[in-house]
Amino acid sequence: MKITRKDVEHVALLSRLELGESDVAKFTGQLNAILDYIDVLSKVDTAGVEPTAHVLPLKNVMRADEPRPSLPRELALANAPEQEDGYFKVPRILEG
Amino acid sequence: MDYEVVVGLEVHTELKTATKIFCGCSTKFGAAQNTNVCPVCLGLPGVLPVLNARVVEFAVRTGLALNCRILPFSKFDRKNYYYPDLPKNFQTSQYDLPIAVDGHLDIAVGGQTRRIGITRVHMEEDAGKLVHAGSITKSEYALVDYNRTGVPLLEIVSEPDIRSAEEAKAYLEKLKAILQYIDVSDCKMEEGSLRCDANISLRPKGETKLGTKAEIKNLNSFKAVQKGLEYETARQADVLGEGGRVIQETRTWDDACGVTVSLRSKEEAHDYRYFPEPDLVPIVVDPAWVEDIRRHLPELPDARQGRLMKDYGLSAYEAGVITAGRAMAEYFDATVAAGADAKAAANWLMGELSRQLNAAGKELEDCPVAPGQLAGLIGLQAQGTVSGKLAKTVFEAMWASGKDAAAIVKEQGLVQISDAGAIEAVVDKVIAANPQSVDDFKAGKERAIGFLVGQVMKETKGRANPELVNKLLRERM
Repeated sequence: MKITRKDVEHVALLSRLELGESDVAKFTGQLNAILDYIDVLSKVDTAGVEPTAHVLPLKNVMRADEPRPSLPRELALANAPEQEDGYFKVPRILEG
Repeated sequence: MDYEVVVGLEVHTELKTATKIFCGCSTKFGAAQNTNVCPVCLGLPGVLPVLNARVVEFAVRTGLALNCRILPFSKFDRKNYYYPDLPKNFQTSQYDLPIAVDGHLDIAVGGQTRRIGITRVHMEEDAGKLVHAGSITKSEYALVDYNRTGVPLLEIVSEPDIRSAEEAKAYLEKLKAILQYIDVSDCKMEEGSLRCDANISLRPKGETKLGTKAEIKNLNSFKAVQKGLEYETARQADVLGEGGRVIQETRTWDDACGVTVSLRSKEEAHDYRYFPEPDLVPIVVDPAWVEDIRRHLPELPDARQGRLMKDYGLSAYEAGVITAGRAMAEYFDATVAAGADAKAAANWLMGELSRQLNAAGKELEDCPVAPGQLAGLIGLQAQGTVSGKLAKTVFEAMWASGKDAAAIVKEQGLVQISDAGAIEAVVDKVIAANPQSVDDFKAGKERAIGFLVGQVMKETKGRANPELVNKLLRERM
């Protein structure tokens, strides 16, 4: 077992996910299955193969530094759970 | 115990592009909240970022100016963390393959030149701005403005080569000067376009292993860098001195109270789970393009300081002050090019002109007296048309009216009186009116003549040539 319950709980916390007891057990198993499959891939001899940074055979896709219109503020804020005075309103940040 | 301070600085500088790093929203500072935003910088689902070519150019230029190696293959990565100023819940940054590595810059502190290593320069996006209702620790909620989200940043990371708060300040000043010279950033600390965090630890003198560090955030002025690091040095020395251990943590500099405060949160230790950004393809820089940028780098502060010392005989201090900012260095060159004596131009720039700018809270770019006009005034002074004292009066009038020195001298009749005949009458009058001072002078009190010269200057409304007055007084007493 490479991934323990503790790892799953840790990653869930970092990702702000609340997992039930059964989820933790399920994901621990699934993640280990994925890593086991990676082990199969790891058997391939990759000596002399450059690490892949991107799967697309593209490089240097860029745009000129030219302005384009932004969203009207009403639209930008349309999905905000809460707003105030043109700002997104969010819960307090630091815990006590 | 004697401790050695070890500091490394992380400087974030906003690039002066017209648009954001991955979308066409404006980067203009001071727009109404949440008006420079679009689906890309708000991180809405289904959007794709496209890299701003100007950002790469500025990053390469910065890397070269900081003596870095430009990596031929570079890529973006996602730095994952949750904070409400980051709408995507990750910051697009660079991790293992930054655009530039292994550079350095030289600082001069206490007459010593020290080389500070630059670990890396990487490109990333800025985060939004949180407005707290009240203080960060007490407010019940926060308001977020995402205008700044996606503004291009360079993060410039130094090696832990800095050994004092003073060196940290000198490093930051030099870095700011270089960034201004190469024209990639406005470096306005008050607008947040240059921001500084510091990693600081202490170790017993002679020890080579690094001590436990604290990361200090919010060191956003030269004074804050120095004061914050001085405070933190003392705090860590106290902890260690009492046999305690420094905790590795993030602290913030509270400028108003002059202390660093621990920023504790329930977030676990930094675990950013970087991974390659799948929405952006790699950057492969053409070596010929890099060389072209290198060839077009402007003269940098150190070279310019050296030139001013060599060509004009300015002292290291004078040349250092004048070249510390690009605007002043250019104003100086323009003044000299307009015919002014270099030494005099330096004195005016460092003295009266800087004083007026400070008093008016203005930047040199907004100076109402143009370099050519200052050169005109310096010329009049050199010819003896105006005295040194009156030159200041003329300068103030130039500042207020924007007129040339010659016009003001003519209008206000400020031409220096260097005609002995015209001054003699006043000298005689002053001698007659002040017998006590005359006696004092004759009795050997050299100081008495100063008073008499002053009286003549007063009578002539400052226009008499003071050297001539002095000479005539001595002759006629």
